[in-house]
Amino acid sequence: MKLKEAAKTSERFTGGHRLCSGCVAGPVTNLIMRASKNPAVVGAATGCLEVSSSIYPYTAWKDSFIHNAFENSAATVSGVEAAYRSLKKQGKMEEDFDFIAFGGDGGTYDIGFQSLSGAMERGHDMVYVCYDNGAYMNTGIQRSSATPKGANTTTSPAGKVIAGKQQYRKELTDIMAAHNIPYVAQISPFKPQELMKAAQKAFETKGPAFLNVLATCPRGWRSRAEKGIELTKVAADTCVWPMFEIENGEWKLLYKPRKKKPVEEWLRQQGRFKHLFKRGNEHIIEDIQEHTDKRWNYILERCGERQ
Amino acid sequence: MVKPGDGYKDIPIGGLILDAGNAKEYKTGGWRTKKPILDKEKCINCHLCWAFCPDISILSEDGVVSDQIDYDHCKGCGICANECPVNAIEMVKE
Amino acid sequence: MSSKVALTGNEALAQAMRQINPDVVAAYPITPQTAMVQTFSQFVADGEVDTEYVTVESEHSAMSATVGASAAGSRAMTATAANGLALMWEILYIASGTRLPIVMPVVNRALSGPINIHCDHSDAMGARDSGWIQLYAENAQEAYDNAIQAIRISEHKDVLLPTMVNLDGFITSHAVESLEILADEDVKEFVGEYQPENYLLNADNPIAIGPLDLQDFYFEHKMQQAVAMGDAKQVILDIAKEYKELTAREYGFFESYKLDDAEVAIVALNSTAGTAKAAVNNLREAGVKAGLLKIRVYRPFPAEEIADALKDIKAVAVLDRAESFSTNGGPVFADIRSVLYDIKANVEVVDYIYGLGGRDIKVEEIESIFNDLQEIIKTGQVENRITHFGVRQ
Repeated sequence: MKLKEAAKTSERFTGGHRLCSGCVAGPVTNLIMRASKNPAVVGAATGCLEVSSSIYPYTAWKDSFIHNAFENSAATVSGVEAAYRSLKKQGKMEEDFDFIAFGGDGGTYDIGFQSLSGAMERGHDMVYVCYDNGAYMNTGIQRSSATPKGANTTTSPAGKVIAGKQQYRKELTDIMAAHNIPYVAQISPFKPQELMKAAQKAFETKGPAFLNVLATCPRGWRSRAEKGIELTKVAADTCVWPMFEIENGEWKLLYKPRKKKPVEEWLRQQGRFKHLFKRGNEHIIEDIQEHTDKRWNYILERCGERQ
Repeated sequence: MVKPGDGYKDIPIGGLILDAGNAKEYKTGGWRTKKPILDKEKCINCHLCWAFCPDISILSEDGVVSDQIDYDHCKGCGICANECPVNAIEMVKE
Repeated sequence: MSSKVALTGNEALAQAMRQINPDVVAAYPITPQTAMVQTFSQFVADGEVDTEYVTVESEHSAMSATVGASAAGSRAMTATAANGLALMWEILYIASGTRLPIVMPVVNRALSGPINIHCDHSDAMGARDSGWIQLYAENAQEAYDNAIQAIRISEHKDVLLPTMVNLDGFITSHAVESLEILADEDVKEFVGEYQPENYLLNADNPIAIGPLDLQDFYFEHKMQQAVAMGDAKQVILDIAKEYKELTAREYGFFESYKLDDAEVAIVALNSTAGTAKAAVNNLREAGVKAGLLKIRVYRPFPAEEIADALKDIKAVAVLDRAESFSTNGGPVFADIRSVLYDIKANVEVVDYIYGLGGRDIKVEEIESIFNDLQEIIKTGQVENRITHFGVRQ
């Protein structure tokens, strides 16, 4: 769908939410919601998106919305979807609904991991969206298992002897694909049409679908607010955030940079990686490059693309 | 709509909000230090600003981007100006 | 038409759930509740209910999905025990705070550690302040009757609070008892159709549930909850009255057993009340004015009514099947003693913490507690305010 056509869809997520200025969870949510063609029930895990979109007595959701707790947005929405199936089966309701659960990386990769895995395995007809900003941003930038290696967070600070987060991030998208659910995508908002297309596929999928979307957090990444979208493109061009989908087991690459850029370009624009550019830390950047290359080659291979 | 100062007998139980989408009544425009100005002469109507705006403040009517930006909610992040391929949006000091 | 059947407590509850026919059940198996959800799963597999059974991967998700299903506008139930209830803890408060009329059988079992699968009340007692109504049952019949009434209590517009239907692990859940089961159509009519006012699956009136509720309104929402818990008292009595018309079985906040002229009394919950009745009978035969107060409704706590029932007793022993580790006695003791203070009753109250981890309590042991009470009356001295009863030195 062309964007000017997309703009004719109805607004489902309103202004007046209190996400930080430049927070990319905003456009991600707006565009995904616009891709839904039915009334929806939206669930959200405790986190930035949840607290800023539903501060009593306000809600930025034009659809029904439920926040339960941090680790259970998938389980909660699975319960809503089960109720829908039950009521529909009994002839107590007729209308079609979409079911969607949002979670940040903390609520998805970490504390909500079990709940998500359970809901996906059970096959609920729902879409789970992780807006991955790479740390617990809502509580003040603590590391999660989605935080990239080397990042300075408040619980993996760059210190005199430890240079930020020591571990590489968990590849949650692959883990979701291993659930053999019908649709999984790892996407990025700098391609808004691709994002909406993936969301539309996810909504139209019968059964569970999972979207992992990179969402810049200017506060946590120590980046400029206006660079939020641009940085997601840099992430794709440096291959630190490959974009791909797995539809019924078929892997497909969604974006291939014309010329793969060095990871330094990604690291340099964010204050959270500043310490990596100090003398003596060169090897960390080399390690990250090596890891990124390996991962990119793996994705290419899975997607049947030439290296 | 629940009003500040309402007592417990006056409000829906359990934190229920009955007015879906009412956040629109909450103005976040005051957060802004710079505001985007859209030059319709330069605009190619690509709608990237519309798609990227975190605050749903770039408006589009019948497929045409409007130069009437929703300043009640725009927080002035500058993503629209940064992403505009033809530099049709300028950020100016409030 | 009701029918007399021989069932375990778990089977009786599974039958109650079948007859209630909830739209959604999201449950996770845990000893000693397992047979309940297994039996109910078979009803689902055989098409005897309309229920969508959500086979969640944990109790945390069981309660989370039940909250989702209830908020969606369906009648939703779950069931658990012990560590399962503990894993639900966070969401128990969300269910009650969000005012969802969920009904949940809890098969009372000791909390780990060390791990123990047998009966005590440490699970439910820990959840006594979670904003759930708590009903307790001496036997399978009462547990069955409580489950059916609980639907009506929870869903009443003046209440809209979740209810735990407690029964003793193994003692009640696994023992086969003879009980009366109502006809399916009578239960269907008694519980009626669930008609929520505001719910997620209403495209015409979308709502938001579970917002960030700050200093300006959170307290008001908690006040509403407190008022509803208070209002639940009358609703519980009204529904018991209606249920009596259907079954001829009488329910109130508690059962007073030979309490009217009693000088010494025991307060107990669940199956131990049956044992205590035998002890009371034996003592009465021996000329001792012994009585029993068996609590059915522990939350909301029927404070005034209990105070009134105990005001003329000279010595009361509270049997607590949970240790609170406050060093000031068990949870029931704290509540009972507090209400008697209010009416300035001239009564000594002592606490017996007993039966932890499923240790049996026998009729003669309860008789010995009554003897202790008589000794207190005789001497005017309380030697031990709190006794850990039946534990080896």
